[in-house]
Amino acid sequence: MLIKKRLPEDVRSSELTPETAYLSRRRFVDRAARFTAAATLSPSVLAACDVLPGQDSLADGAGPMPDAPGLSPQEAQDFSSARSELGEPLTPYRDVTQYNNFYEFGSGKKDPARNAGTLTTTPWTISVEGEVAKPAEYDLNDFVAPHKLEDRIYRLRCVEAWSMVIPWRGFPLADLIRRVQPTSRARFVEFTTLHRPAEMIGQRRRVLDWPYVEGLRLDEAMNPLALLCTGVYGRDLPNQNGAPLRLVVPWKYGFKSIKSIVRMRFVSEMPSSAWMISAPREYGFFANVNPNVDHPRWSQARERRIGKFRRQPTLMFNGYADQVASMYTDMDLRRYF
Amino acid sequence: MIAKCLVWAGALSPAAWLAYRAWTGDLGANPIEEIQLATGWWGLTFLVCTLAVTPIRRFTRWKRVVRLRRLVGLFAFFYVTLHFLNYLVLDQFFAWEYIAEDILERPFITIGFAAWLILLSLASTSTTGWIRRLGGRWRQLHSLIYIAAVLGALHFTWKVKADTREPLVFAVVLAVLLASRVPDLRRRRGSRKPA
Repeated sequence: MLIKKRLPEDVRSSELTPETAYLSRRRFVDRAARFTAAATLSPSVLAACDVLPGQDSLADGAGPMPDAPGLSPQEAQDFSSARSELGEPLTPYRDVTQYNNFYEFGSGKKDPARNAGTLTTTPWTISVEGEVAKPAEYDLNDFVAPHKLEDRIYRLRCVEAWSMVIPWRGFPLADLIRRVQPTSRARFVEFTTLHRPAEMIGQRRRVLDWPYVEGLRLDEAMNPLALLCTGVYGRDLPNQNGAPLRLVVPWKYGFKSIKSIVRMRFVSEMPSSAWMISAPREYGFFANVNPNVDHPRWSQARERRIGKFRRQPTLMFNGYADQVASMYTDMDLRRYF
Repeated sequence: MIAKCLVWAGALSPAAWLAYRAWTGDLGANPIEEIQLATGWWGLTFLVCTLAVTPIRRFTRWKRVVRLRRLVGLFAFFYVTLHFLNYLVLDQFFAWEYIAEDILERPFITIGFAAWLILLSLASTSTTGWIRRLGGRWRQLHSLIYIAAVLGALHFTWKVKADTREPLVFAVVLAVLLASRVPDLRRRRGSRKPA
């Protein structure tokens, strides 16, 4: 019997984008100037992370003009009419960049915007270590350069029961992982944030066990939704949003999307994240958005979308169940929260 | 009289400032959370101020400060009530099933609610009429303020995710204020013994 082994770089036929979808996307992308996306994305991913093909996003009622600095009128127009695949308008740039949880710069929501200006992001090196064929230290530019950056609109659901809709710019984590070639022993990826108390004033007190650490199971990391981001709203990430490189895993609570990454380590054992160490009863390794499993101190059934008055129901896996639920079919999500 | 006017002005200014910021859209990305945090903080602060009145009288020559205690206490109730109403109306928008679940199943909300109930009973018996009617029991009832303050500090500590510095400041101030009562209690107990 002939068994065809699929190499990671092979593209399944189901992953090819139909030409019509591609063309309507092109139209959107052209008008959106730098609002680009890889045409090799599977339609389901395309549907999950961006304006649906065929839906004329520019025609429906435009939201308020985005307030991101330095946008051309065309870009501003595009962002104001951009919607998530569920038709949600974007959270204003001001809120995305002024209301942050980034304890390295203080535990208040406004602290990161106030204090992160001190962070030097050039030069920036990222070390890839552990169970990989090519462990190496990369300069940020070399790390990012081989990848094509795309813009994706994702919901961000914080464990504190508020949420935003954010246009990120980045590349699939899976592409990076294929590039560095994990060995067969690699089962998890551990990410580490910069530890530099001289520039990150929140690290001068032991609020968390610095440096901040997060992790993903390898199949989660390979999921096409997992994104390594360098930008937001078509611009480089502001420091308070995790410059110069952060993770975005939209089906998990926000604290999994680790910021200002300096290290990726491929390991065989499940890593302990900073929040697991801080409060193991409250924060688990998986931290999938789940309206049916409450935080010990508050309900996760509903959330407040920033900018809206009434709370709204929280969606299973933050609305990305179609893309991610299959990874957890045999798991008791109450136990592995 | 002047002191009372100053208390009124001082105690209303945080609410006025909050209202002004709300009016001008200066409460940030999550105004409801901002109001929740600010009213809770001021409620606890005025609770601590109320408890500070007696030690201030003892350690200074300002004996008449005691006349301000009721007013300061009522402002503590005022801010804690705003805190509770903001949760009830703006935050939950009368979603009774979630509110009941919060109060019954989440200890940090349970104790916050209990503290508000205590303050409600103290505020409603704070009139001269009630003081006369309850006689000696009034003093007993109103010593529940210690419990309300401890519950309030606990509620705040429990609420924060990791950075407990600010709630701990409240806890320490509260502990000092409570400790300053100990000699007083001993004296009273001592005077009772010979009988």
